[in-house]
Amino acid sequence: MKRTLIELNDISKTYLSTSTPVHALRSISLTIGKGEMMAIMGPSGSGKSTLMNILGCLDVPDEGQYRFAGVDVMSLDKDQLAHLRNKLIGFVFQNFNLLGRASALENVCLPMIYAGVSGKERENLGREALALVGLTGREHHYPTQLSGGQQQRVAIARALVNKPGLLLADEPTGALDTKTSAEIMALMQKLHGGNGLSVVIVTHEQEVANYCQRIVRLTDGVIISDELIPEASQIKAIK
Amino acid sequence: MELKSTLQIAWRSLLVNKLRSLLTMLGVIIGVASVIAMVALSQGATTGITERISSMGSNLLTITGGGGFGPVRGANPAQLTMEDVEALKSLPLVKYVAPEASLNNATAAAGNATWTANVDGTTPELMMIKSWPTEQGDFFDENDLALRAPVAVLGQTVVSNLFPGPTSPVGKIIRINGLDFNVIGVLTTKGAAGMGQDQDNVIYIPLTTAQQRLLGSTSVRTINVQATSQEALSTLKDYITTLLRQRHRLAASAEDDFRIQDMAEVLSTVEDTTRMLTFLLGGIAAVSLLVGGIGIMNIMLVSVTERTREIGVRMAIGATTGAILTQFLVEALLLSLMGGIVGVLLGWGIAELLSVFAGFNVQLAPWLVAMALGFSMAVGLFFGYYPARKAANSNPIDALRFE
Repeated sequence: MKRTLIELNDISKTYLSTSTPVHALRSISLTIGKGEMMAIMGPSGSGKSTLMNILGCLDVPDEGQYRFAGVDVMSLDKDQLAHLRNKLIGFVFQNFNLLGRASALENVCLPMIYAGVSGKERENLGREALALVGLTGREHHYPTQLSGGQQQRVAIARALVNKPGLLLADEPTGALDTKTSAEIMALMQKLHGGNGLSVVIVTHEQEVANYCQRIVRLTDGVIISDELIPEASQIKAIK
Repeated sequence: MELKSTLQIAWRSLLVNKLRSLLTMLGVIIGVASVIAMVALSQGATTGITERISSMGSNLLTITGGGGFGPVRGANPAQLTMEDVEALKSLPLVKYVAPEASLNNATAAAGNATWTANVDGTTPELMMIKSWPTEQGDFFDENDLALRAPVAVLGQTVVSNLFPGPTSPVGKIIRINGLDFNVIGVLTTKGAAGMGQDQDNVIYIPLTTAQQRLLGSTSVRTINVQATSQEALSTLKDYITTLLRQRHRLAASAEDDFRIQDMAEVLSTVEDTTRMLTFLLGGIAAVSLLVGGIGIMNIMLVSVTERTREIGVRMAIGATTGAILTQFLVEALLLSLMGGIVGVLLGWGIAELLSVFAGFNVQLAPWLVAMALGFSMAVGLFFGYYPARKAANSNPIDALRFE
């Protein structure tokens, strides 16, 4: 068994903002190992976004236990959560969420600003991260000058620049065509595992999930299946 | 998070909406520019008045007829006479006594040129008090006074208007209200005093001549008494009061029928007045800065809403509450500080233009600039705090979902 990165125990989350309480997650327990590549699937309203927000430490559960790399996440305050996100989690969004006024390199360097990395080092590491996703030469392009696939690559470089333990991707191919989607998935497959990087992808596309080693399915806030994909069924972008 | 990147981020977000940033700064610019211009003017005016008063002579007491404040209070303001003048000369602690009887805005003519000037009948002692020498010719003497001689000594402004060109006016004739006077001297330039009053626009003639030929009265309007020293002033003031009350035969219960002005007192009154004016202008400026600050707050709130997604992204990738707060606060601060700097330059420019084209005295004190910049920064911090706080407190999940 691989070493554990994430451990969720009896996690529940209820939203009280509407007239009837919405039980987004009901007693979920989940363990994610280091270097694992996993998909979370489920119809809309199944609680997968809530699970993703909790995994990403953007939200805290109402009940249960959450340990990230051995740290009790629920005991952390807002700023400690921010530091944890900064150092240990990389986010990739469906709509890329790059800052439009910043160049590709500046976007990639953003997390390092909050990590307190010095200017010179930032630039070097930023260029390295861009090279990793195959965007050497595009450092000074602005998001509007890049294709969707390239923008998502910049976002991936940004997510990985602080060398996190977890890459959390929310519908990373949702805004991309099939060919580009395949490229992005291939890139993520290439990146995971290398330094013990775990990848969690929230998606509703089976095609995307097939790149992963494990698929967790949610319905109505409960895990209904948690299966390992046999090696043979996995799409292997690189051999 | 280092200062340089914070400043860069703030600077760049201001550049995105150049016009909007400029308009937002405008409130602060106008506030600061008006306070700088107005205070510079009032400071300049104070200095001008102070110089003018001290140029009238030091350790000076000025006696005028009429008691209390205002020209006439009580039924009989005294007519000061030459006998009063002679009596004052015998008092101890007195250095010079110079009576004046003047005719304001008299018409003087030489050849085809005419000019309106103040005609001042006096005695040679006045020039001692004012330490004002002649440039050409001489001032009139006791002899001219005794003879009621039709002679005149001109100030520089009168000379330049009645006798343009290089020839000396000494020996020429001028007509004052239709009477001929011989020009026997020209005074040196005394310099313009503040508030547009020109001390050089004056024609001095012997007191006796003025009384008999121009005014038709033997009274004296003003008596200038110079004390031997600053310390002697208050004692001398008491002596003069006693003497004049005796001479005017005032009952013990009666009010003074004359007024003694101590120029040092006048000076402090002027200073008090302008200080109050400065505070008043400062108050007006504070109000406009307040309005400018509200403008900054308004735009910062708009900016925070517009950039909700950006805030969400920054938070997701690890920006702490403090980092977001700082970012928006620095932005507001930058807006107000730039507004302050532009305002100082603009206000200074306006003050300089006024001094060049309208002849006002202006003074721009460094403390004023420092205060204006300090205040604009304070305004930026104060009004930027709430929007920055709002940004820093946003929930990253909602912010990321914001369309």
